[in-house]
Amino acid sequence: MRRLGWLSVPMLVAYAFLYIPIVVLVVMSFNASKSPYTWTGFSLQWYSELAGNELIREGFVNTMIVAIGATVIATILGTLLAIGIHRHFRSALVEAYALAPAIIPDLALAIGLLATFALVSVTLGLHTVLLAHVVFGMAFVAAVVLARLGHWDASLEEASRDLGAGPVSTFLRITVPGLAPAIVAGALLVFTLSLDEFVIAFFTNGPATPTLPIVIYSMVRFGVTPEINALAALLLLVSFTVVISAQRITKLTDAL
Amino acid sequence: MTVTTGSGRGAARRRALIGRAAFAGPGLVYVTAFMTVPLLLIACYTVLTRGRFGGVSWEFTLDNFAKAINPTYLSILGDSLVIAAITTALALILGYPTAYGISRLPRQWRTVALVLVVLPFWSNFLIRTYAWIVLLNSQGPLNGALVSLGVIGAPLDLLYNRGAVVTGLLYAYLPLVVLPVYAAIERVDPQLQEAARNLGASKARTFWDITLPLTLPGAMIGAIFVFVPSMGNFVVPELLGGGKTVMVGNLIRDQFLEARNWPFGAVLALSVVAFLVMLFALQALVSRRINRGGARA
Repeated sequence: MRRLGWLSVPMLVAYAFLYIPIVVLVVMSFNASKSPYTWTGFSLQWYSELAGNELIREGFVNTMIVAIGATVIATILGTLLAIGIHRHFRSALVEAYALAPAIIPDLALAIGLLATFALVSVTLGLHTVLLAHVVFGMAFVAAVVLARLGHWDASLEEASRDLGAGPVSTFLRITVPGLAPAIVAGALLVFTLSLDEFVIAFFTNGPATPTLPIVIYSMVRFGVTPEINALAALLLLVSFTVVISAQRITKLTDAL
Repeated sequence: MTVTTGSGRGAARRRALIGRAAFAGPGLVYVTAFMTVPLLLIACYTVLTRGRFGGVSWEFTLDNFAKAINPTYLSILGDSLVIAAITTALALILGYPTAYGISRLPRQWRTVALVLVVLPFWSNFLIRTYAWIVLLNSQGPLNGALVSLGVIGAPLDLLYNRGAVVTGLLYAYLPLVVLPVYAAIERVDPQLQEAARNLGASKARTFWDITLPLTLPGAMIGAIFVFVPSMGNFVVPELLGGGKTVMVGNLIRDQFLEARNWPFGAVLALSVVAFLVMLFALQALVSRRINRGGARA
């Protein structure tokens, strides 16, 4: 640490800044007090109240439907897209176009999709949220898989073809297993992104089927309760677990 | 190693075409249908007339642009620019040295340090914003700690002002500046720095003349990643600004969901996207100049 010299000051500030709010939130979720702000003693009551909250449970189910659906579709499309770009396009422009949904401001995408769905008179609901989440999810999967393809040895596929395997069986038995860690990591990222996504869901959802972030938004807007602290702690746990797993899986790939 | 089994160039080209269509085709069609078409539609809406119940009626007009030049909206746009600029400056001040520090860590610690920077970014955005409501509240832990330490006599109004909005935006997007800066620092050839040092340049001079210019394109990418979503954000101004701080994001949201003036909302959204494009163009220009300078040296 001494080698860092004065650099350790901004680093410590940055990490404290990033983690103090999270630690406070998690600690407060075990607070006995009715106030979500002041600590009085340890309790698990907000977790049990959370389990009984009908609105949150409904939001959770809606979110899972969207997240699982979007993950499956985005993973398949994104993987094929990455392989297609890697094999058949030499143009950086095509790659940029395919990955653009990951950088486009979410609000611009949200209003654009709302306008498009309105234009073709689609009723808004979970299906429209799902369609919207696939767009950016696919870009994230494609990015992770493309990174893996960057140091991909094509001679295994060639050997398989030379030994008489057809293109489909080569794809399923060589290409997919080889890319599996990147595909799984990409899928995990889409899953957390969709689980937490608010802005696009807010614009493309119907009023009857709020997703969990939309439920949280209205809870925070119209009065804060310590239940949100408990929900927040649980959601942080889920996101952190999923992202760290994704990181470990891709690291495993780099080692191989 | 490559064994060609096709019967000449025609067959190979046809196979490549089928490959393109089979693999990249569905994805590219999807991006076109659900990103490009929606954005083009928004671009069209800027010159159409508002519909009575939301939506548009297809009559050409330039009124929406005229409306945007109204001083009320210009001042909101100006406020958003200022808030986004302050957030970006703070993100660079904090994020650049952090990225630099991470690059100086022993190799096995760098990944851990980077993952720790990115981890909060992957968690729920609303919850990360909500955490600041708890932390900055007048009865919250920060005021509590400051009062009990005797730093302040009475709790401060930390929440529901511009400072809180900047804090929330900085918290949301700080990781986005650390990553590209770190990547840029890693790409700097250490021999350049060694050469400068051997030729008698001080550490500060070496940083100023070698490291900083070479990492500038990365820092600019990071700045764009903070600036653009900060401008378009409507959740942080609403939850931490307490309705007093209206930014262009809130305005766009209201035009689409409450005022039901989609064409005007489209003009506002397009102005944000125009900023994004302009900033990327500037970044490309700077990075090309720096690369050319490096090649000449």
